[in-house]
Amino acid sequence: MTSKIIRVLVAKPGLDGHDRGAKVIARALRDAGMEVIYTGIRQTPEMIAQAAMQEDVDVIGLSILSGAHIELFPQIINELNNREMGDVLIVAGGIIPESDHHYLTDIGIKGIFGPGTTTSDIVTFIQESIK
Amino acid sequence: MAKRTIEEWEETTLGPLKKRFGERKESFETMSGIPINTIYTEQTKAVTEFTDEYPGEFPFTRGVQPNMYRGRLWTMRQYAGLASPEESNRRYRYLLDQGQTGLSVAFDLPTQTGYDSDHPMATGEVGRTGVPISSLADMEILFDKIPLDKVSTSMTINATASVLLALYIAVGKKQGVKPEALSGTIQNDILKEYIARGTYIYPPEPSMRLITDVFQFCSKNVPKWNTISISGYHMSEAGANAVQELAFTFSNAIAYVEAAISSGLDVDAFAGRLSFFFVAQNNLFEEVAKYRAARRMWAKIMRERFNAKNDRSCMMRFHTQTAGVTLTAQQPDNNVIRTTIQALAAVLGGTQSLHVNSKDEALALPTEESVQISLRTQQILAHESGVSESVDPLAGSYYVEHLTDELESQAFRYIESMDGMGGAVEALREGFQIQEIHNSAYQHQKEVESLDRVVVGVNQYQSPTPPIKKLQTISPNETQNQLARLAKVKSERNDKKVQESLENLRAVTKSGSNTMPVLIKCVESYATVGEISDVFRDIFGEQTEFTPF
Repeated sequence: MTSKIIRVLVAKPGLDGHDRGAKVIARALRDAGMEVIYTGIRQTPEMIAQAAMQEDVDVIGLSILSGAHIELFPQIINELNNREMGDVLIVAGGIIPESDHHYLTDIGIKGIFGPGTTTSDIVTFIQESIK
Repeated sequence: MAKRTIEEWEETTLGPLKKRFGERKESFETMSGIPINTIYTEQTKAVTEFTDEYPGEFPFTRGVQPNMYRGRLWTMRQYAGLASPEESNRRYRYLLDQGQTGLSVAFDLPTQTGYDSDHPMATGEVGRTGVPISSLADMEILFDKIPLDKVSTSMTINATASVLLALYIAVGKKQGVKPEALSGTIQNDILKEYIARGTYIYPPEPSMRLITDVFQFCSKNVPKWNTISISGYHMSEAGANAVQELAFTFSNAIAYVEAAISSGLDVDAFAGRLSFFFVAQNNLFEEVAKYRAARRMWAKIMRERFNAKNDRSCMMRFHTQTAGVTLTAQQPDNNVIRTTIQALAAVLGGTQSLHVNSKDEALALPTEESVQISLRTQQILAHESGVSESVDPLAGSYYVEHLTDELESQAFRYIESMDGMGGAVEALREGFQIQEIHNSAYQHQKEVESLDRVVVGVNQYQSPTPPIKKLQTISPNETQNQLARLAKVKSERNDKKVQESLENLRAVTKSGSNTMPVLIKCVESYATVGEISDVFRDIFGEQTEFTPF
């Protein structure tokens, strides 16, 4: 375990308004002692990368249920790279079909959490990855 | 022999048994936290108190029609919208062929948030959650060979509802169908978008004005149209329990009625076209009681609060959809059983129309095959189970009557406290509903994780799930076709006419007159959903999220 407090940006890219999951996870991460910034809905890739840089986060959690992850996630990673934020841990959740997992892992999404995942699994994953 | 009381029974029969064996849980409660007794008897509520309610009469607790499904079954309406107008049109015609009795259109997020398919904000979203509609050209394809005077169409559209209604009216005219012959529903419920669903564009006041414009226009010109579907569904999906769903839905409804009355409408001129939309969760008895309580609450609100004279204004007619949040990605076949129980609740509760979710929807949009199972679920309930043969069959159950009363009184208490805050819109500004719903969602998640709440196949009875082989997918060609059609429309239309109609819209919007007639002119000139929304954005401004989290 690290003694440093983990800073997390929970973000909702695209036009999708389903924020139940994002908010529940944001609160669970807070309850687990992390500092959490929640962007709110309808964030563009630029907005997310910019917020991640300004807030100097260790982790970005992306939540998306509309299916636009295939287009939006690579753009987010590009925007992060443009800001020399390529080493930030990126995890994602929502409705992400298994057939897309391979591609998303390849472009640098380190954890993909589907429906039914417990918040404690996500907390543990982040804590162990940030060590 | 003197009648035994419940206390005597508890002492002599129940008590000793509980002492010896205990019970599964220390206390039992419904999903919204209403305590559940071991049994209910006429000591809970005297039989005479609930036998004086009849279906088809105020306060409509037992149903809005006197004979309910003995006259006509509920409308089986599966919500669908695929990646393109062509695909969607094909699916609708398939569903109508399969015996579906009404259409329900799902739009993609750009259409819902007022962006054309070629807008940068639409990147990756075109055709994802439903059909993209940028102009009348798309709408013409969507309803090709579907006679709009014969089917009723429900459209899940909110911030851009009046634009989509204008498009529907325009397509009808092209088919030779007059507006007065059109029947259907637009969701048009912006307040729950701020609270839970997220597809708002403008701030509340101008949004409410667009809504009352629709009420007013339809009362004169499209009399069979349901001008709003005031929705608890999405608030439930976001975490609201049954009491919160009732309270927040009706406090929103009160805000709409107040807005319409202050715009100069007579309550009985529009109230009969207000409709509702509730979820069907797993908790069977609580859900049935919820629909019964909802009817009684609305009747009381309309008569006592708004002094409605017509019985029609007091009838709470509603659509039901099974609960998307209960669908599990694990062991998806189990979802068929869940949705069957939920659909049963809706039918026992007297719904006017029903959508049954499909088993694969925790993973993707449903396939044609899984949608067919959903429709068959409805047909089996309708034709094989026998539950539709008698009206309000659970009435008189001590338990269900108790839950009905309890939900009603708890929801009214919530509404009173929101009245104290200045009503739904003021409460929203403080983030009240959003926070309450989030708290319920978080509590639910904690209960699932601590195993206080069992979700079969997820936190208990797990078994490896083979991935579903056939999932609905979207081909990139469809987005390309959509963009090509939009470009063609923009190059072939009469630009002068478009600009004139948009300028006219700007003037009418600023003047405060009804926007509907000019909206129809705009869409008929092939002005796009995005262009029209930009006029409104310009005048009204845009709303940001209400509560920072």
